[in-house]
Amino acid sequence: MLFFIAKRLVNAAGVMLTVALIAFIIFRFVGDPVELMLNEQASQAQRDELRQRLGLNNNMLVQFATFVANAARGDFGISYRNQQEVFTLIAERFPATFELVLMATFLSLAIGIPLGVYTAIRRDTVLARLLEFISVLGVSLPSFALGILLILLFSVTLQWLPAFGRGEVVQIGGWSTGLLTPSGRLALIMPSVTLSLFQITLVMRLVRAEMLETMRTEFIRFARARGLTDRAVHFRYALRNCLMPVITVTGLQIGNLIAFALVTETVFQWPGMGLLFVQAVTFVDIPVMAAYLMMVSFIFVTLNLAVDLAYAYVDPRLREDAVAGTANGR
Amino acid sequence: MNATDKTAPRGVKRSLLAAAAMSLALLGVGASTVEAQQGKTFRWGAAREIASLDPYSFGETFTLSVLNHVYEGLVRYTGDLKIEPALAESWETVSPTVWRFKLRQGVTFHNGAPFTADDVVASLVRVTHETSPLKGNLPAYKSARKIDDHTVEIEVNGPYPLLLNDLTNIYILDKEWMEANGASLPTDSGKGIKGFATDNANGTGPFVVESRRADARTVFVVNPKWWDKPQHNIARVEFLPISSAATRVAALLSGEIDFTNVAPLQDLQRLSASPEVKVLQTNELRTVIFAFNLKDKLFESDVTDKNPLNDIRVREAMYRAIDIDGVQRRAMRGLSRNTGALVAPAIPGYTPEQDARLPFDLDGAKKLLTDAGYPNGFSFNFNCQSDGLVNEEEFCQAVASMWSRAGLRPNLSLGPRSTQTPKRVRGEFDVISFGWANEPMIDAYSILIQVMRSKSGSGGVFNWGNWGRPAIDTLIDKAGVELDNAKRIPMMAEALMIAKREHLFIPMHNQPMAWAMRSTVAATVQASDNKPRLWLTRMR
Repeated sequence: MLFFIAKRLVNAAGVMLTVALIAFIIFRFVGDPVELMLNEQASQAQRDELRQRLGLNNNMLVQFATFVANAARGDFGISYRNQQEVFTLIAERFPATFELVLMATFLSLAIGIPLGVYTAIRRDTVLARLLEFISVLGVSLPSFALGILLILLFSVTLQWLPAFGRGEVVQIGGWSTGLLTPSGRLALIMPSVTLSLFQITLVMRLVRAEMLETMRTEFIRFARARGLTDRAVHFRYALRNCLMPVITVTGLQIGNLIAFALVTETVFQWPGMGLLFVQAVTFVDIPVMAAYLMMVSFIFVTLNLAVDLAYAYVDPRLREDAVAGTANGR
Repeated sequence: MNATDKTAPRGVKRSLLAAAAMSLALLGVGASTVEAQQGKTFRWGAAREIASLDPYSFGETFTLSVLNHVYEGLVRYTGDLKIEPALAESWETVSPTVWRFKLRQGVTFHNGAPFTADDVVASLVRVTHETSPLKGNLPAYKSARKIDDHTVEIEVNGPYPLLLNDLTNIYILDKEWMEANGASLPTDSGKGIKGFATDNANGTGPFVVESRRADARTVFVVNPKWWDKPQHNIARVEFLPISSAATRVAALLSGEIDFTNVAPLQDLQRLSASPEVKVLQTNELRTVIFAFNLKDKLFESDVTDKNPLNDIRVREAMYRAIDIDGVQRRAMRGLSRNTGALVAPAIPGYTPEQDARLPFDLDGAKKLLTDAGYPNGFSFNFNCQSDGLVNEEEFCQAVASMWSRAGLRPNLSLGPRSTQTPKRVRGEFDVISFGWANEPMIDAYSILIQVMRSKSGSGGVFNWGNWGRPAIDTLIDKAGVELDNAKRIPMMAEALMIAKREHLFIPMHNQPMAWAMRSTVAATVQASDNKPRLWLTRMR
């Protein structure tokens, strides 16, 4: 088991290094930060000097190596634009993104699972067909369009919900939360609905497919034969058997949500990591972009690792394979 | 209390006076806190966050204009862009290279420290330090010297007429505060150390920073001890960046913000239609022009042996091929101001004579191209940005199709500013769209020295396409050391006229700018430098 974990950790480190390397290759094409940092009156000599000081004249591989060496010591440098430590910048914004993602995940399960069950067991009703149709829309509607539509309806027309921002937040240690104030909770509604729409439809379709599969199995038929109520058959037996893949997918999707929350965050001016990244791209803020990409790849790698470990724990065959490649032949 | 004064015995009178003085003092304090609690809150929805609270950290006009509410310079611009005294009361030139400033007395920083000559010297040292991104804002600076507590002398490298213009953007920080917090030097992105002044502020301006949460909200409260007589009635400013334009418009319509300094042009009609919202629309200082590659060869063309753009007939043909009214109508929503000049009317150096355009004349353009030897036109690279100027993508596309009609073959290259700028700097273009506001100095010397001057020393940083002429260089160099405006401004006007006669650039328009505010805002001053001045803003 230890060997398995060690191997996975080495893989994870390899993935992160690769992401960083690709990032640095891309940075050469996003533009020149110096032109944006200095204003119109700066002379050419001043521009050249700043470029030199930032190390932008160095070979890309040298820049990459410097970044990795510093990052390994936990030093991500300071933002070109904000002149603040990148680590602090990201840490400040992480709670906002995390609460948004958490809420979106909760919504996707709380809405997606019942809808999935309903469309599976009443699959010939008009409502079920309508829900399936809407779910196709949900997959294809871009989240910025949905966000703007929600804002027009609930902020401009009805004036129920705030159009932007996070409301009042409460600072608890290094964590800022909007969950403890009424305005913070109101502000969370539209962004989390926008972010979760795709996720809701994903969970709904997954649950529906799994349910349809399970309903055909022997033990469901046996349960029916025993005269159990529909309710017990559907929820106690069928649904429970469907939840394993749902949990796996949801866990893996958290990484996706964190990474792709940036569109939702931009529309709602949600002060999270995605908004920070979008700004960093606009101003060619290389330290922030690099650190953000590392952070996101770290989250992905960690989630995958956790899922792998959980699987290995549940399914001993995977462990055996990892310990000795020829274990199967034994 | 007045009635008792006459009859009261002496002792009582004195104690009454003391009590009155005391209650007045209390009232003074009380009034300001009551005002702060009950006064007007101005919610400002901006298109982007400011870079930092440190005015010397990022050379960006917008950040500086927001920080001007907290920090002030020795001089400032009025609502109609005239220079007036601020922290300096008066000034004189002791010699052509030495300026003496008399500082305003009785001014205090937000932390209560008095404002003195030491603060001015320390600030000038900081802003001109080699790691300061704003060093270029004070190009002529040589040294600063304290004469007494309220007198400072600034020495410049040579006779320099624009020192006051430059000083409008050099804000004064408190020396003791900087020293106590290790912020005497500007932050240096190269070294990766953050600075105290990045998150903290201590200025002399009309508003005090109360709290800041980047990307969400920065709160300013009124400075009750401001040295100037406030014309505003704002107690509290909430600065709320909202980067998505549609969201910003929605927030204004729903009453979550009172004001935005960036109202999207495509939404102006919708905003005006709302009875609660008022749109303020005018033209800004920035003049949009097209600039040519005037080197020996084109960058990307089917003509490889020479550069057709070096022929004045070709440049004139391209000028005449542009239907400027069509561009204004189709691409600028009728909101731009067409111009034949290279600088805006508010910029010293502009003359009405410069403003006349060549007429739109497609047949004339075709004939000129034939005369120049290109009856079938030629292809060339046309570099425009997607996020630079107002509706840049739209007007570039419109002009590209107009040039095509004249027989030319422009290859439009569109991309974000951050990727297009390096190509421009390297000279990898044949025609570019280009905007110049002449900020922060608000003088034609800015475009002349930075854009039109041949590259030499500190001049011509933006001269990417071998623009300019020896005659223009001579005039620029003369104007650069002429202290008498009556002589200096005609020199600049003459240089601009030479560029115009040679069609070195094609002038297009002054950009539209639009602010929008709800009925909660009674009045504000919208100057063409596009900087909100909340100390001149009144609320209902």
